[in-house]
Amino acid sequence: MAKITFITTDNESITLEGTSGSVMQLAVDNDIPGIDGDCGGVCSCATCHVHVKPEDMEKTGAASEIENDMLELDDNVNEYSRLCCQLEISDALDGVVLQVAERD
Amino acid sequence: MSQNFSENKICVVIGASHGGVNFAFSLRKEGWEGRIILFDKDPVLPYHRPPLSKAYLTSADAIEKNALKSAESYEKSNIELRLGHNVSSVNKSEKNITLDTGEIQAYDTLVLATGARPIIPSIEGLKEASNVFALRTASDVEQIRSAVNTGETQKNVVVIGGGYIGLETAASLKKLGANVTVLEREERILARVTAPEMSDFFEKLHATNNVPVLTNKNVVAITKDGNLNHVVCADNTSYKADIIIVGVGIHVNLELAKQAELEIENGIKVDEQAKAATDIYAIGDCTYHYNPHYDRFIRLESVQNAVDQAKIAAAAICDKKPVYNTIPWFWSDQYDVKLQMVGLSTGYNKLVKRIEEGAANKFSIWYFKDDELLAVDAVNNAKAYVLGTKFIKNKNTIDQLKLADPNSVFKPANLILE
Ligand SMILES: Cc1cc2nc3c(=O)[nH]c(=O)nc-3n(C[C@H](O)[C@H](O)[C@H](O)COP(=O)(O)OP(=O)(O)OC[C@H]3O[C@@H](n4cnc5c(N)ncnc54)[C@H](O)[C@@H]3O)c2cc1C
Ligand code: FES
Repeated sequence: MAKITFITTDNESITLEGTSGSVMQLAVDNDIPGIDGDCGGVCSCATCHVHVKPEDMEKTGAASEIENDMLELDDNVNEYSRLCCQLEISDALDGVVLQVAERD
Repeated sequence: MSQNFSENKICVVIGASHGGVNFAFSLRKEGWEGRIILFDKDPVLPYHRPPLSKAYLTSADAIEKNALKSAESYEKSNIELRLGHNVSSVNKSEKNITLDTGEIQAYDTLVLATGARPIIPSIEGLKEASNVFALRTASDVEQIRSAVNTGETQKNVVVIGGGYIGLETAASLKKLGANVTVLEREERILARVTAPEMSDFFEKLHATNNVPVLTNKNVVAITKDGNLNHVVCADNTSYKADIIIVGVGIHVNLELAKQAELEIENGIKVDEQAKAATDIYAIGDCTYHYNPHYDRFIRLESVQNAVDQAKIAAAAICDKKPVYNTIPWFWSDQYDVKLQMVGLSTGYNKLVKRIEEGAANKFSIWYFKDDELLAVDAVNNAKAYVLGTKFIKNKNTIDQLKLADPNSVFKPANLILE
């Protein structure tokens, strides 16, 4: 079980509980604005872009090569960027705070 | 626009897949306060289709894991989801639709998101053959999985048609342990959609994975010997098949559009706001629409198009006057290869191939018409895909020599000619 907090682009904070699946699925199932997950979670659409709160980077780990490549030319990319379809929910993610990234 | 422009209105959507579902949620977001009723004949909670031939086929997952939205999401957004209901007719003058059961539902705005269905070719003996499947729905996957997993023996599978769906299915069934052969009628696979280099690459990729992809194989008949099929080709060769997968393309679902007397040309013809007629919109695979960037009418079979048109139609209905202007994109996953495509390559007269060093199977094919970049196929190379997308959108002129040189920095500043 992990509690995950999303901060929307309107600065609303929404905390959800998940046990399995990806963070993207959790967000889509709960209508978090700005997370669309159009490709179903295979790193093809970049519609699940979040910025991890810096102190939580240890829990999520850094972006993989394909995530970095997909986001390379995104105006809103930064060192805390992740595609949250690549974050698998587990106890290890408990307490993380994710800021939904603005879209180009 | 009055404040409650839609308060007592009813929007009926036929087809609850990538197009219809995204449309319904977008319409709510745009401020529609009336009813939204989504009909689909498929009884399953709407799901992502792309994984059906990819990860979902090889997994043991239940289809709910692939749901587009959770059941609660529809409730929360007050979207009425009527699954397992086939819409049999549309009455445009009365503004209503009729279900198979005879139930009539009135509408103020109608959205056709009826998509497409697989073509089942008229091959002699195909109807009588055992274990013949197309791949479009969750139920197709259930049946294929169970046919492959029945009994102890390794199954022989013949895939008719070397398009993306056929090739992905072949790769997935190989992973499930079947003995798979792909038969393609043309002289190369993916002939309509990619350059010969790409066809070649995928033929070799399958061969390396012990899946023969055979071209110039026009299937003319299926004969049976007990439960075993023999797939017979025009050149008199024949292939044993416990299971036959038909992947030869799709027919657009146009019956309702025809009844509504909508303009039809290779699909339902819509304008830049996805409008087909007064109070009737059409989105997704079933549409023939104008693409401003390429300045022509096209029909696409892609999630991107279904989702983007859904958003456009929703905004248009809420009087926001959007214009559909996107660059098409698509992906395909086979074995450990990820293909990402952007743009439309039709009409290209020059190809540039860029091979990244130090990584196997990592390259990109760039389609140009003279100096204009039309499209990019990127293999295990998201960077090429992303760069290509940007260049196409911005109509940048690219230094083709540098592009082809793997030692030349793969960054916009280095590649764009001013
Ligand atoms: C196996 C497979 C793999 C794919 N892979 C990819 C991929 O990797 N990338 C990509 O971008 N695209 C892919 N696609 C294409 C993508 O899935 C389609 O472009 C997308 O589903 C189109 O959405 P749609 O809503 O327009 O139509 P559809 O998904 O076809 O949905 C139409 C819906 O309408 C319903 N319907 C039709 N007529 C009626 C009626 N009279 N009454 C009630 N309901 C009706 C149907 O039951 C269906 O659910 C794939 C498709 C398949 C089948
Ligand atoms: S859902 Fe498409 S990249 Fe994450």
